[in-house]
Amino acid sequence: MNQCACASRAQAAGEDLKKVDEIIARHGSGSGALIPVLQKVQDALGWLPKEALDRIAAGLHVPASNVYGVATFYAQFRLKPVGKYIIKVCHGTACHVAGAQKITEAFERELGVKDGETTADRMFTLESVACLGCCSLAPVAMVQKEAHGRLSADRVTKVVAEYRKAEGQAK
Amino acid sequence: MNISAEKTKISVGLGACGIAAGAQKTLSALEEAVAARALDVELGITGCMGMCYREPLVEIRRPGRPPVVYMEIHPDRVSRLLDEAVVKGEVIPEWLATGEGQAGQEDAFLSRQVRIVLRNCGRINPESIDDYLAAGGYKAIEKVLTSMTPAQVIEEIKASGLRGRGGAGFPTGMKWEFCAKAPGTEKYIICNADEGDPGAFMDRSVLESDPHSVLEGMIVAGYAIGSHHGYIYCRAEYPVAIHRLNIAIAQAEKRGFLGERVLGRDFSFHITIKEGAGAFVCGEETALMASIEGKRGMPRLRPPFPAISGLWKKPTNINNVETFANVPWIIINGAAAYAALGTEKSKGTKVFALAGKVRRGGLVEVPMGMTLRQVVEEVGGGIAGGRKLKGIQMGGPSGGCIPESLADTPIDYESITRTGAIMGSGGMVVIDDSTCMVDVARFFLDFTQKESCGKCTFCRVGTRRMLEILERITEGKGREGDIETLEELAQNIKRGSLCGLGQTAPNPVLTTIRYFRDEYEAHIKEKRCPAKACRKLITYRVIPEKCPGCQVCAKVCPVKAIRGEKRQVHFIDPEICTRCGLCIEKCKLKAIEVV
Repeated sequence: MNQCACASRAQAAGEDLKKVDEIIARHGSGSGALIPVLQKVQDALGWLPKEALDRIAAGLHVPASNVYGVATFYAQFRLKPVGKYIIKVCHGTACHVAGAQKITEAFERELGVKDGETTADRMFTLESVACLGCCSLAPVAMVQKEAHGRLSADRVTKVVAEYRKAEGQAK
Repeated sequence: MNISAEKTKISVGLGACGIAAGAQKTLSALEEAVAARALDVELGITGCMGMCYREPLVEIRRPGRPPVVYMEIHPDRVSRLLDEAVVKGEVIPEWLATGEGQAGQEDAFLSRQVRIVLRNCGRINPESIDDYLAAGGYKAIEKVLTSMTPAQVIEEIKASGLRGRGGAGFPTGMKWEFCAKAPGTEKYIICNADEGDPGAFMDRSVLESDPHSVLEGMIVAGYAIGSHHGYIYCRAEYPVAIHRLNIAIAQAEKRGFLGERVLGRDFSFHITIKEGAGAFVCGEETALMASIEGKRGMPRLRPPFPAISGLWKKPTNINNVETFANVPWIIINGAAAYAALGTEKSKGTKVFALAGKVRRGGLVEVPMGMTLRQVVEEVGGGIAGGRKLKGIQMGGPSGGCIPESLADTPIDYESITRTGAIMGSGGMVVIDDSTCMVDVARFFLDFTQKESCGKCTFCRVGTRRMLEILERITEGKGREGDIETLEELAQNIKRGSLCGLGQTAPNPVLTTIRYFRDEYEAHIKEKRCPAKACRKLITYRVIPEKCPGCQVCAKVCPVKAIRGEKRQVHFIDPEICTRCGLCIEKCKLKAIEVV
């Protein structure tokens, strides 16, 4: 039986906001708590929905404009939902000279999305990051917390296949 | 350290590099294999041993024998390692990286180094305060609390000649003195661990491998300045470092080195970790403090300097990770011992993250005054893949490219600055002749342009205009006068920017124009990339004599640019080809060349 999607979505949003309230309660109020609260909320929800930002502004007694200003200033904060796996391709100096651009392109081909986008099935988000600091393994990409070093376009295909296999997705 | 006399100790290097190379799997495999053999050994972890290029690394210390380090120990090597190197006590020469008294393959990497900051890295378990204590840890705080006045501590640091390792090189003792003398009773110590330069991982390695030494440096600074609260502002991208810092702080509090009444004396000091949120500009001290206060990390005009009005408008002393890690060593060994190393104006050692086209890339610490060439050739083992050294990029996006002809420049603040580069925080990327210098300049400007906070017009718009010109040049659309426009923009951005980001952003462009002007001219006038790196200026070609017509390249080509029948010479259509490099990677006969 199909249930009404609206109801379950509203319920999910309600649960999310409950998590936000709990995080605010743990960090006290004032602008000094803003960044840690945004970080914890993003950890819990995966991204920062507008409703969560409003809730944080009210909870910390910080103007909503400031919350939005901070959330958009720092690269860490996401205002859009992301995939289950976030692929971070390192574009640090060592990786750049080792061909990081080609690695990003290989992921783009493999996933069918552009850099910065999320696949339609919300499985993968492809990102470029400044430096992961594993320079001697260049070029490097990190999927969740696992680093994949000495990549080539060919190995990119294998890396994506690995995660697809883990998810039971055949290409 | 802290080894019981009879037991063999096995340590796996679990720095971020080691973990990335699979050291966690090695550790699990060792745990299983040790249990299966019922071996009576101590299996533990340690931090970064520096030889990133040989990870995963495993150190074995047998009772009464010098420690031995084995390299590239993946799970499939674990069995033999235990059976031969531990049970039988033999040496496995082909896996031996280094071992005191035995000829290892990587001895050269270590022999020219002097390890002060890295004294405990890769030698102790970073999650064990007992290991740190056994290595002489927290002796410095004991010494200053029992036998030195705050003024004497400052004098000692001044006498050592220690300068800020974050990059600018301001004398640390003087900085401490300003803050100590500033009016006010509430003062702050900040450790800048927002290591943002691409290609730099020195601070991360120190925090991951020896967090207590940084805490101890901060506590000493707190005592000298009269501060009771310190913050560590650490990149959120460094989860392992943050995890180990948290452990270290809890341990130090429990043992009375941190908290109320440190070691029972009339001095209290607390440390809080603040995680950054991914903004390069927050490495700038005033932006960093704005970020701790929960604001957008935008720099402000100085003066007032942080020593007078910093965090929450209180006097604040801010130093980098490496600077703090030097402090306990100086207190214990004396300023004179530190000042004995280095050059006239640059004392002690400097840690570098050696990366790029070098054979042995990793974390290195060398005495000031060593030449760049010595670091690349003797420590780094020269250029990988038989190519030629072209230049050395120092100081990341704020620094510059030093050409091979100046590679005999000694490492000290003034000499490096004279080349147009800066010492920086320690990123050292070795560049060979396959790298295009215009592209390197474009790469760094792309970075600073994205990271500009937007406050100053020259930085915000000027870097954008410079980037557009560089993009045109690398695409073969360069025009006469572009170089001059770049130089003019660069000077204006330097003058018209409030903080270090804007003031230094043009450096990579200026140094590459200064030393590699011919490459710019080749791109602009001849529409040619001498390094054959800029994609719009190269084509891929099949070498007919070498092509057997195996069709491997045609099959992998994602855009179907390669045509050819079986056993016939293939052809790459330059109009369709995107120069992705997949065919070159796949062709075992090296039958595809770049022209």
